[in-house]
Amino acid sequence: MTDLMDRPQEAPGRTARTVVIDRTATPPPLAQQRRSLGGVTQDDLLTIGGAAVSAICTALLLFGRVAPVAGAFGFVIVAYVLFVLTYAMLVSLREERPAVVDKVMAVLLGSAAAVAGIALFSVIVFTLWRGRAALGHANLYYRDMSEALPTDPLSVGGIGHAILGTLIMISLAILLTVPLGLTCAVFLNESGSRAAGLVRAIVDAMTALPSILAGLFIFATWILILGFERSGLAAAISMSIMMLPIIIRSADVVLRLVPGNLREASAALGAPQWRSVRHVVLPTARSGLATAVILGVARGLGETAPILLTAGFTATLNTNPLSGPMVSLPLATFDFVQSPQQTLIARGFATGAVLMVVVLVLFVIARFIGGRPAGRVSKRQAQRLAARSARDVERFDARYLEAS
Amino acid sequence: MTMTTVYAAPAADLPAPTPRRLAAPAGVGDKIFTRVTLLTGFIVLGVMAAVGLFLSIEASQALRSTGTSFLTTSEWFPDRGQFGIAAVLTGTIAIALVAVSIALPLSMGTALFITQVAPPKLRSTLVSLVDLMAAVPSVLYGLWGLFFFQGQVIGVSRWISTWFSWIPIFEVTGADPGSPLSNQTVFTASAFIAGVVVSLMVMPIQCSIMREVFSQVPIGEREGAFALGATRWGMIRIVALPFARGGIIGGTMLGLGRALGETIAVLLIISPRFDINFHILEAGGNSVSALIALRYKEATGFGLSALMAAGLALFALTLVINFTASAFVARSRSGASSEA
Repeated sequence: MTDLMDRPQEAPGRTARTVVIDRTATPPPLAQQRRSLGGVTQDDLLTIGGAAVSAICTALLLFGRVAPVAGAFGFVIVAYVLFVLTYAMLVSLREERPAVVDKVMAVLLGSAAAVAGIALFSVIVFTLWRGRAALGHANLYYRDMSEALPTDPLSVGGIGHAILGTLIMISLAILLTVPLGLTCAVFLNESGSRAAGLVRAIVDAMTALPSILAGLFIFATWILILGFERSGLAAAISMSIMMLPIIIRSADVVLRLVPGNLREASAALGAPQWRSVRHVVLPTARSGLATAVILGVARGLGETAPILLTAGFTATLNTNPLSGPMVSLPLATFDFVQSPQQTLIARGFATGAVLMVVVLVLFVIARFIGGRPAGRVSKRQAQRLAARSARDVERFDARYLEAS
Repeated sequence: MTMTTVYAAPAADLPAPTPRRLAAPAGVGDKIFTRVTLLTGFIVLGVMAAVGLFLSIEASQALRSTGTSFLTTSEWFPDRGQFGIAAVLTGTIAIALVAVSIALPLSMGTALFITQVAPPKLRSTLVSLVDLMAAVPSVLYGLWGLFFFQGQVIGVSRWISTWFSWIPIFEVTGADPGSPLSNQTVFTASAFIAGVVVSLMVMPIQCSIMREVFSQVPIGEREGAFALGATRWGMIRIVALPFARGGIIGGTMLGLGRALGETIAVLLIISPRFDINFHILEAGGNSVSALIALRYKEATGFGLSALMAAGLALFALTLVINFTASAFVARSRSGASSEA
């Protein structure tokens, strides 16, 4: 043993000594517990719950005796203010001031997110709820309104003409915008042309274009000056003017995220530029590009103002986008709900609900295939890629055997 | 032993070495590719520029006939030559300001909650929900505002006007604070209600820009603040907010630009009137885009030119706001760090 601790101090001048701790004698170290730094404790939950209950009770009391705000909305606001005050008080019973501020602010931030969520939820549920009566009738989906009087029950007539009109318009708009938009995004990123900066600035400016002006532009040129009638095509063009900048901008962002070394590797292998764009850049950014297109389409589907000016309004089914007025789902919704007839308002909500379901489905598809950064592939895609490169190896081997 | 060879300096009369050309001549495929992409670029440029140019040319007829009174007149009688955007433009701005002042705390709170407070598992769901809010068609927000929200919020409008009518913008003519059963219609179809509905459409745009900026807050500075003993809110206040200031201002302004151009929801909710009205809680108001949607049908050639002029004024306003916003986002420190 070389433990020198309990030896008496020998000389005042000598201080430095090597101390070797006797490990066998020390008690075993305490089992260390990992302290949780974040998360919600039971204490937090109880405090929040208690504050909420007390706030609701106080608000009920206030509304019973003195009514400062009428209506359910007012009640919610009063209860919320009381909740925040009670919560602050409860927390301050045992915490210091910075901790109180921190907790109250966390609750405030969380409630901002909750308000947004509740608003979205209430818009969706309200539309479905008010449209539920009309949504149950199968004739809604394939009949048109040509023979239905405004006073007719929901079992007569439908919005088949608007569903088909929307499909035709959006298909035309997709045909116009997707090739143009994606090629333009490629131009912005790959060409290195000096004009790219100008085009990007103009496209940026166009995202500021109020949608009604896109409609007014087509109305004044296509319909008044060129003398075409209001039609599905005119509506599709005005829709395209709104969708084009959105698609170009988001596709531009996605293409910019494609790693530069992939392009350089492709160029180093001797590929001409169009081949590296076709086989390297676009496939790498595929999921992002799909998302860009789908979000642009969702935006175009929901446009009402330009359609109002360019498509005209009709109650009959029209499958020809080149002549005659055509109606789309948002426009039909807008038209129905301006009527005083309750059945027509119910039809309007049902039309809105159909529109929303279409947008929701598109959105879910966009989330499903997109949302992945450039070059990252899903499990199945990775398997497919691995299989393909295995086939390539076989092919190379076969060719090598042939040659030798 | 190895010898070190010292090369003589090159004689002065040798030609200076010229750099080798690295660019190979482009093949046929590349030539086509370059031409086609350039062509699409110019097509897009042409279409977009045509919209702007055409609007200005068409509007010039109306603008020339009224001159500066276009900005100060509030009536809209183009056929009598008496029209201007004083009322509609102030109405548009009133709605947009209400929308932004409601959307700003909501979007900032949501963005901070998503990036700094929410558990990581919840984050992507919340982001999807906010994006979904942006994808919901505006006509549905309009329906919700007209048939559901208006009935709920009237009590709040009345309360504000009863207690705060000494602030000029909250004054409501025709409201009788004394009787609880007084006519409710003075509070319906107001700029306030339209503004709240528009705020829901603006909020996701602002939120996604702010979220982007907040998520770029340097991890070192964040953890430094925590290491010095800051609470989470303390870290947000001293690190995240100053870092994201440019993004917050830019995002807010982009939202403002969107709010100015909103048509259908405003058209559904508001009842049009043509006088300058700053009483946001009072029934009636107007906006440029609602005016165009209402009047384009009955407009003659000159009337259409007048509508174009109103639209052009709106477009100019949104354009200025958008460019200022992009400049703010680009110049902020957050933008710089994302490049590095």
